[in-house]
Amino acid sequence: MTGLPTSRPAPAPVPVLALGDVLLVTLRGELHDGAAEQLQDDLAHRIASGPAPLQGVVIDISGVEIVDSFLGRVLAEIAAAASLLATRTVLAGMRPAVAITLVELGLTLPGPVTALDVEAALSLLGRAPVSALPVPPEGGV
Amino acid sequence: MAEHDTALGTAQELGAFLERRREQIAQRWADAALFRTVFTVSRDEAVEACKAVVDALAEVARTGRLEDVTAPGFGAVRDQLGRMSASRSRAGQNPSQIADEIAGLREPVGALLRADFDEDAVERTHACLVALTVLMGTLRLVVLQTTVHAGEELIARQREQLLEVATPVIRLWEGIVAVPLIGTLDSARSQVVMENLLEAIVGQRARYAILDITGVPTVDSLVAQHLMKTVAAARLMGAECIVSGIRPAIAQTIVHLGIDLGSITTRASLADALAHALTRQGIVVSPRPAAGASAP
Repeated sequence: MTGLPTSRPAPAPVPVLALGDVLLVTLRGELHDGAAEQLQDDLAHRIASGPAPLQGVVIDISGVEIVDSFLGRVLAEIAAAASLLATRTVLAGMRPAVAITLVELGLTLPGPVTALDVEAALSLLGRAPVSALPVPPEGGV
Repeated sequence: MAEHDTALGTAQELGAFLERRREQIAQRWADAALFRTVFTVSRDEAVEACKAVVDALAEVARTGRLEDVTAPGFGAVRDQLGRMSASRSRAGQNPSQIADEIAGLREPVGALLRADFDEDAVERTHACLVALTVLMGTLRLVVLQTTVHAGEELIARQREQLLEVATPVIRLWEGIVAVPLIGTLDSARSQVVMENLLEAIVGQRARYAILDITGVPTVDSLVAQHLMKTVAAARLMGAECIVSGIRPAIAQTIVHLGIDLGSITTRASLADALAHALTRQGIVVSPRPAAGASAP
């Protein structure tokens, strides 16, 4: 990642929103090299310095129409870095067409956990209504 | 050039003959097997249909394009005979039988033609008979084309219907959808299955998707690959996929082939898969306490 061209005009950085103990990143359209690198930096810093018991990072890609091998690698790297910092990453809102393309390309993104949308991702991280919890409470009926 | 003119002259003579004897030809054709079996209700109707065909043939003959399948005159024939041959094929006739029936139409016209021309004009009669044979041959080709084309259309339509019918996505529970797969799973079908399933996952907000392969006769490495792709795509959408309906024989085949389905949750039956999904959602299904037993 060190040899990236820097002559390109800097694209607007992708905002990282803190929702309580969850960081939310919403990707829209195309993600350029510079923005991707900055997002990875931002996220790593925010995870490291964020509120102590950080539940996880939610990356909303419902506004992304094309996920190529580059974005796939960025997402995998984010997930790997977050996991090193003891935080889960949830990929939310992938479109059916994108999922089919990724599978045909052989990119199954084994790293990040996936969720249908942001709401499902938040409930997966244990922030949302308890009734929607995907994992059963052991022994509680 | 002279030869061409003669051919055109003969064709036009044949056209004129067809027009002249329209009524008689139609009457004779109406008794032929082809028309008689299609127009069982009314003979008049058969005669009308025959007249339409004779008119079309006369028009083709007038233009001299006896061997041209694309001659405009055949348009009407295509319509008329296409319907008839379609009804014949529905009755179980194969295309060559239909072609034979068309060939049978030539003889009555030939007899009429011989009777119509002078005894002396042997040459002309002969030329006209040859022209008639060519024309009937082309007619046969046109009808065969129409028949085969209709068959192809039917096959294409049925293939499409099969794709749709064979891959329904069923909502089993809130957040649980199932796809019962029936028949051989090829690339085209697995693509449709994947698309339908992903759409259903979004539409039903499903957390669990069950692929039931009870109706899939054999599982080879290709089918396994299709299954794994579908499972991977569903996972990318945030749903967990369960493959159910793995019969003992199929389980052994998978093991013998060395296919690794380790990354996929599998269950023996659809019921087991549903139970698994329910448990994972924290839903417990239990029998209602008996009516007589008093609850504490």
